[in-house]
Amino acid sequence: MQCFGDVSPEADEPVFHHPWEARVLGLQRSILALGIWNIDVFRYAQESIKPAEYLRWSYYERWITTLTQTSIEKSLVSEEELIAEKGVSIDPSVVQKRLSRRDIHKAFVRGNFERVSNAKPRFNIGDRVKTKQLNPLGHTRLPRYARGKLGTVIALRGTHVFPDSVVDCGAEDPQWLYTVDFSGRELWGEQCDEKLTVSIDAFEPYLLNPEDD
Amino acid sequence: MTKKHHHDHGEMSSLTDVQKRVRALESVLEQKGYVDRDVVNQIIEHFETKVGPHIGARVVARCWTNSEFRDALLDDATTAINAQNDFPDVGHHLIAVENTREMHNIVVCTLCSCYPWDVLGLPPVWYKSAPYRSRVVIQPREVLREFGLELAESINIKVWDSTAETRYLVIPRRPEGTEHLKEADLAKIVTRDSMIGTADLQAYGGGTR
Repeated sequence: MQCFGDVSPEADEPVFHHPWEARVLGLQRSILALGIWNIDVFRYAQESIKPAEYLRWSYYERWITTLTQTSIEKSLVSEEELIAEKGVSIDPSVVQKRLSRRDIHKAFVRGNFERVSNAKPRFNIGDRVKTKQLNPLGHTRLPRYARGKLGTVIALRGTHVFPDSVVDCGAEDPQWLYTVDFSGRELWGEQCDEKLTVSIDAFEPYLLNPEDD
Repeated sequence: MTKKHHHDHGEMSSLTDVQKRVRALESVLEQKGYVDRDVVNQIIEHFETKVGPHIGARVVARCWTNSEFRDALLDDATTAINAQNDFPDVGHHLIAVENTREMHNIVVCTLCSCYPWDVLGLPPVWYKSAPYRSRVVIQPREVLREFGLELAESINIKVWDSTAETRYLVIPRRPEGTEHLKEADLAKIVTRDSMIGTADLQAYGGGTR
């Protein structure tokens, strides 16, 4: 989709526009630290918001909506508890996982999703690759604009937790990750600026050898 | 006059509704012992005061003044930064991409809001919004113009879409006339937007300066 209008950067923007936004950030970090679900589940929950609402809501409104929804789905809280603002059923095993002051530094570093794998990479730097035309109902990190496109591998980034799999069946299923360059014209057509290159970080299951296609 | 009734969706009531929902979730989780309010407060304080673009600015300034650090940074930014005693630790898979006379780098997350917050702080609203996310990958020159940056037609543009856990930090070009400045003073002139790629610290040929 296009036609979203001006970017309209705000000068000297505060970190949070309202105190409630700050609470949402703090809650999100604390909830993720429980380890009951991960960032891929959180992202997919946001992608599942109805488009008209997604575009209308502010960033942190999306966050509180999906945090609440996922917390209910994963039985962290119930709707009744939220309506009454009263916690009733307590799972001691979750209490044990609570982010503490001692471990707070975990919320200050980006998570590491690289995993050990014996798999050999299928592609090398310089290889021409074609992204698959895949449109799963679940979660994927292959952007729509980069499906079915010819690109070049410019870097190998190791083997990482595969988001599509995490959301689909809860398995980490580590896959090789590649940075792939595409010319602007390959992505957008001949009217595109010939000086534009766009890269994505693509998991191996997104990629084909063009000669096999 | 508009009568207030339970279907009123004016801006004030929807703001109150959000505040209620935030309060309800935090309150219930706290009562159940699943989150610690003091920890939430500390997290907020960290993101409001401790982490921010001043970290990235120091990385850029050291890159400009120390060629050994620059080489290490371009090879593996995470390892290079974490090897420096006076920089806070950063997360894995941070990649530094350097602007040159011929190449201008810009970072985006079209899918959500992935951002190198450990070196730049939390992302601004525009970075996380539909116009930037959708337009910078197709018409970057027009988007940069909205930021007041005019890139000559001869400059190549590389847009890095952060679709996985790799994070990108743009190293802007060192402005002319700063040869006499020490690292600490150089860090003061590096802006957040120049490390995303929506600003530069000097105009390229064909620009306004």
